[in-house]
Amino acid sequence: MSEAREFKYIGQRTIRPDGYDKVTGRANYAADLSLPGMIWGKILRSPHAHARILSIDTSKAEAHPDVMAVATYQDFPHVSSEMFQAGETPTDLLDLARNLLADDKVLYHGHAIAAIAARTESAAEAALSLIEIDYEVLPPVMDVADAMKPESPVLHDDMFTVGLAEKPDKASNIASRMELKKGDIEAGFAEAEVVVERDYYTPTVHQGYIEPHATTVSIDEDGQAMVWCSTQGHFDVRASTAKLLDMELGKIKVVAAEIGGGFGGKTTVYLEPVALILSRKSGRPVKMVMTREEVFRATGPGSATRSRIKIGAKKDGTITAMQAKLCFEAGSFKGSPMGPGCMTVFTPYDVENMYIEGYDVVVNKPKVAAYRAPGAPQAEFAAEMAINELADKLGIDPIEIRLKNAAKEGTQTVYGPKLKAVGLVECLEAAKNSAQYQSALDENQGRGLAAGFWFNIGGQSSVIINMNPDGTGTILEGSPDIGGSRASIQLMAAEELGIPPSHLKPVVADTEHLAYSATTGGSRTTFATGMAVIEAAQDVVRQFKERAAAVWNVTSEQVEWVDGVAINTAGEDKLTAAEICRGAEKTGGQISGTANINARGAGPSFAVHLCDVEVDKETGKVDVIRYTAIQDAGKAIHPSYVEGQYQGGAAQGIGWALNEEYIYNEDGIMENAGFLDYRIPLASDLPMIDTVIVEVPNPFHPFGVRGVGETGIVPPLAAVATAVSDAIDVRMTDLPCSPPRVLKAILDAS
Amino acid sequence: MATVIFSSELQRFTGEEKTHVSATNYRDLIDEILGRYDRLPANEIQKMAVAIDGEIIHDPFLETVKPDSEVHFLFRISGG
Repeated sequence: MSEAREFKYIGQRTIRPDGYDKVTGRANYAADLSLPGMIWGKILRSPHAHARILSIDTSKAEAHPDVMAVATYQDFPHVSSEMFQAGETPTDLLDLARNLLADDKVLYHGHAIAAIAARTESAAEAALSLIEIDYEVLPPVMDVADAMKPESPVLHDDMFTVGLAEKPDKASNIASRMELKKGDIEAGFAEAEVVVERDYYTPTVHQGYIEPHATTVSIDEDGQAMVWCSTQGHFDVRASTAKLLDMELGKIKVVAAEIGGGFGGKTTVYLEPVALILSRKSGRPVKMVMTREEVFRATGPGSATRSRIKIGAKKDGTITAMQAKLCFEAGSFKGSPMGPGCMTVFTPYDVENMYIEGYDVVVNKPKVAAYRAPGAPQAEFAAEMAINELADKLGIDPIEIRLKNAAKEGTQTVYGPKLKAVGLVECLEAAKNSAQYQSALDENQGRGLAAGFWFNIGGQSSVIINMNPDGTGTILEGSPDIGGSRASIQLMAAEELGIPPSHLKPVVADTEHLAYSATTGGSRTTFATGMAVIEAAQDVVRQFKERAAAVWNVTSEQVEWVDGVAINTAGEDKLTAAEICRGAEKTGGQISGTANINARGAGPSFAVHLCDVEVDKETGKVDVIRYTAIQDAGKAIHPSYVEGQYQGGAAQGIGWALNEEYIYNEDGIMENAGFLDYRIPLASDLPMIDTVIVEVPNPFHPFGVRGVGETGIVPPLAAVATAVSDAIDVRMTDLPCSPPRVLKAILDAS
Repeated sequence: MATVIFSSELQRFTGEEKTHVSATNYRDLIDEILGRYDRLPANEIQKMAVAIDGEIIHDPFLETVKPDSEVHFLFRISGG
């Protein structure tokens, strides 16, 4: 955006298009579809965290009168190791298939081995026990530090570390190593007058979406399949399913149902290809719905990490060197978010000398999935904790030390380009001026502050706007709405067309009604699909002007489009959008605008969070008593949704910091696979989270938009842990700051 | 001539931090640097995103590169 612009509709807090359906319970989610003749699918899962499968005998299950199909890994057509693009990052097809149904090894407790489709849900469940499997149980590897030891049991005999100077001659659990650097790290530390160096730990956590994975799949006699599912990217569900089952894309229609949360966890497939195999074998539609326990045990969580951070600075607070070693758990197959962790860890800082090394390591846990700014919360937790310790050590205010070293326009990032206009300094200034930062604390209370960065992405988006004869319109977009994007898409179309938002209905179209659109993730939808809707609206406006010109017998260059009305500059005529649409049959037929784009120029977003806590020193229980989330939105299209994203990111991050963790026993079995024992924050646990929207426009978007969905989960981990450290006067380095851990820290210190 | 800056990962193959190219679009730029650095793996570099003057492009093809442009290759970024 090159100049300031007055908006008519953008910035309004309109009623959300999906609001009525959701509050009345009419919205159709993935588990809501039932079809005539439908049967039920269930999955047999591994009772071991690590074992070799010696044999599988499904004959008794197949003979059961209620069982109509059984599927195992052998039902996939030949699958080989091949990287293919389904979603935003390349995926190894063989790993994907082996995660859906294990081949010769199970790699985590809950790993799917076989699937059964039967006439009823209970019959399918009961028939699972008829499948006989012989295992050779192997020792599980449950922690990244253990997995990296040379003597550790190896999960994959054919995995050799990528990214080393020379290919190693021995397989290991380290899938890859990455290194980023700028400047001279040794010279930077030599220049330092103060050095902070410390280890940090973050646990395995789940996204905690409320709606479990579910799908209903049918396939006709002519091989035409329909998949109804809960996903952030139905086009990529289609791509994965087609690739795994060797089908043409045109033979699979995927419908994205209304979604009950995703946060990155619904960017891959777990059920859909398996249900399609069962449907094909049985000749019936097949429905599969995960239990909450299955969601915890067998879908992709966020990586656990172990990190070491070293920072050197001069006494005036000028940082001279920043160094990180980041070890990310990938779960059972390679592919943790180690890369973005390395790229984000120090990006809030304009420091000359940096050195970062990252490791992607497999362990006997479910294969990790994306989780809101994947990799950044873990990495930046460690960096922000170290920055706060440095500020303490130097006696400098934590905002001032950040302002002194803050990334800004022109800062050379360690991952590549120089930053364009960004809003970190504005966020820090807003934090300094906030009512919370200027308030006093009482006894047993503490305060923490942290910054956060996320890139945001663009990518492919397709949009069609169909105008109706009465001047209303339907917007078809291909981005499942996980955070309010229908409202922002509607507002952007309204702004460009000059038509009230209520006259435009946004619809998430299935894979047969629109060209490919990339998965909703990376905070891309309001940015990228927004650019597509603007382009489609411009296409409509171009046609409006042509039609008006035809009516007035002038050229379209003589027609201006102002506030939803065509104006004849060669006369005094005017035509509204409704009038042009009403007469469309006489001027060339109905009017549609289209755009198929690959959006570029995503603008990064920075945030600063403030957290106040009170600690009960007798129990270790922590209460968040005040919280402010400040973030650069570029331009807030629908401010209520932007604030909601800030609050949602903060709430998830607070849960990660205070209570959430997968607890495993010595056999590698998760012991808290339910919301009763896996403690996410409830509304009653949190204060109202105050928000401040900073707007530094993204120069590459017509309205200045930056993605806002992910950055908000980055700062809370360090903001909360710093506040707890401040309250108990003990530095917390391991998450979560749960009552047992906080109490132990207090007792150890005393 | 445009400046291409290599990450520390890519410097393992190029042996230097930056180079200058006469190419005026992305496709020609790739041809030019692959011709210059024997060890630079074509399949790796072609999988990467590129930033031209700070604008990150995930699927580059014929993007314009100006004489004063600064070009960085970077890992494709996904998200949640």
